[in-house]
Amino acid sequence: MRRFTYHEPKSIADAVHLLSAYGEKARLIAGGTDLVVEMKQGKKEPDHVISLRSVPGVNEINFSGGYLRLGAMVTHRAIERSPLIRERFTLLADAVDNLGSVQVRNVATVGGNICNGAPSADTAGPLLALDAVLLVEGPEGERNISLNEFFRGPGKTALAANEVLKQIIIPELPPEACSRYLKHTRRKAMDLPLLGVAVTLIPEAGGEICREARIALTLAAPTPIRAIRAEKHVAGKPFYRAVWEEAGVLALEDSSPRTSFRTTAAYRKKMICALLPRAAAEALERSGRTMKG
Amino acid sequence: MIAVKISFLLNGDPVTAEVPDQVTLLEMLREHFELRGAKEGCGYGECGSCTVLVEQEAVNACLMLAAFVNGKSVQTVEGLAGKQCRLDPLQEAFVEHGAVQCGFCTPGMIMSAKALLAENPRPSRDQIRRGMAGNLCRCTGYAKIVEAVAAASKRGCSCGESS
Ligand SMILES: Cc1cc2nc3c(=O)[nH]c(=O)nc-3n(C[C@H](O)[C@H](O)[C@H](O)COP(=O)(O)OP(=O)(O)OC[C@H]3O[C@@H](n4cnc5c(N)ncnc54)[C@H](O)[C@@H]3O)c2cc1C
Ligand code: FES
Ligand code: FES
Repeated sequence: MRRFTYHEPKSIADAVHLLSAYGEKARLIAGGTDLVVEMKQGKKEPDHVISLRSVPGVNEINFSGGYLRLGAMVTHRAIERSPLIRERFTLLADAVDNLGSVQVRNVATVGGNICNGAPSADTAGPLLALDAVLLVEGPEGERNISLNEFFRGPGKTALAANEVLKQIIIPELPPEACSRYLKHTRRKAMDLPLLGVAVTLIPEAGGEICREARIALTLAAPTPIRAIRAEKHVAGKPFYRAVWEEAGVLALEDSSPRTSFRTTAAYRKKMICALLPRAAAEALERSGRTMKG
Repeated sequence: MIAVKISFLLNGDPVTAEVPDQVTLLEMLREHFELRGAKEGCGYGECGSCTVLVEQEAVNACLMLAAFVNGKSVQTVEGLAGKQCRLDPLQEAFVEHGAVQCGFCTPGMIMSAKALLAENPRPSRDQIRRGMAGNLCRCTGYAKIVEAVAAASKRGCSCGESS
């Protein structure tokens, strides 16, 4: 790796200060599982690497007052091991269960996964389908960014170069809600998704009708997206397979998948139609109900 | 020259090293401490041959900055046999079950298995495969490795006392 100076500020404010001082020459490092790879490949060549590991509190998972708060430095492994997340925010547990290896999950962070801006990021879809909001700090203080507005293109996010992600804030789901993230891969382990489908369902009181659905897709477009047309279509309708098959077709209108070295746009389109109804059916099964038809 | 000073527990002993800021944990272990058990296979987190334990958890030493282990405990395959130089039950099981051929992947396999058994002393075959998914072997075809880990777990290997 090319030479750089390593910094370990003790607060977010100090990290922001360093980022402002060194500008383009500086990079934050969380777990480093993306950044170190890119530095070894010579794709990123910062002169200053600023670590968040000595900042207190940024690796905490906190659930209170109707919100789940994930510190930016929470590792995928901590999410995997959290009974609360597995029970109440299940699709986020789905996302990390099959993310990289144990070795990767032990150090890679949820903040790094999001801030890296990769179209394939496994936590992006689930966090979109959880209506997550990001708390970031910059020279002027803190601000919130809805995750819906965060992804701007492959490797591009709404963060300014001197802003730091502090926390991911997720509103609590009602107890009747259920969810599923499907990661479509060629291998069972150690593979990036060809397509990711994340679904959160909130049924009406009787459980037969879908009050609200949040649907997010990864690798269906240059950034992770919400499939708004599909969401509108299923809202207020019973949980019927035919309704969700129609939603799959509508999700295509929200998408613009590309052909990459992993697979083709045509295949991704077919899989959107196939996997959206499957993800919804599997979410429903988790709450003891079945998709009809 | 820019250097960071890193103090940590290495296989139970307090140590200090001064290395350039960009040095990885793997480079520091192999070059500075001359512990050549952990290997660089890919250098990109894909193969697991560089696996060591940091605070009892398996990590890819090739992707971790050496500076990250300041104040932490690091365990490498060299530390398993301990001062008495007795093989760990996991190492014995690897030998007995023919889970070692060329041996390049073995230190990483053993350290991953160590972390796995510390967390889950009686893993199913499937849990073993999942827990070791980040370790590649080009020789054995994995069957014997899974067998060895299962055998060590039955023997109630000394996996709790991992430092
Ligand atoms: C072998 C291997 C397998 C992988 N498999 C998967 C997989 O299956 N699915 C998947 O999604 N990813 C995978 N990854 C990618 C990677 O592990 C994840 O994206 C991880 O979550 C990145 O987190 P990190 O903490 O390591 O980020 P880092 O590498 O530390 O940082 C990534 C980027 O985000 C920025 N950043 C980090 N934290 C902040 C912050 N708080 N505020 C602002 N900017 C910040 C950094 O400057 C950097 O540009 C894999 C990586 C490897 C090496
Ligand atoms: S050398 Fe570290 S994972 Fe391959
Ligand atoms: S024994 Fe040769 S790579 Fe595993």
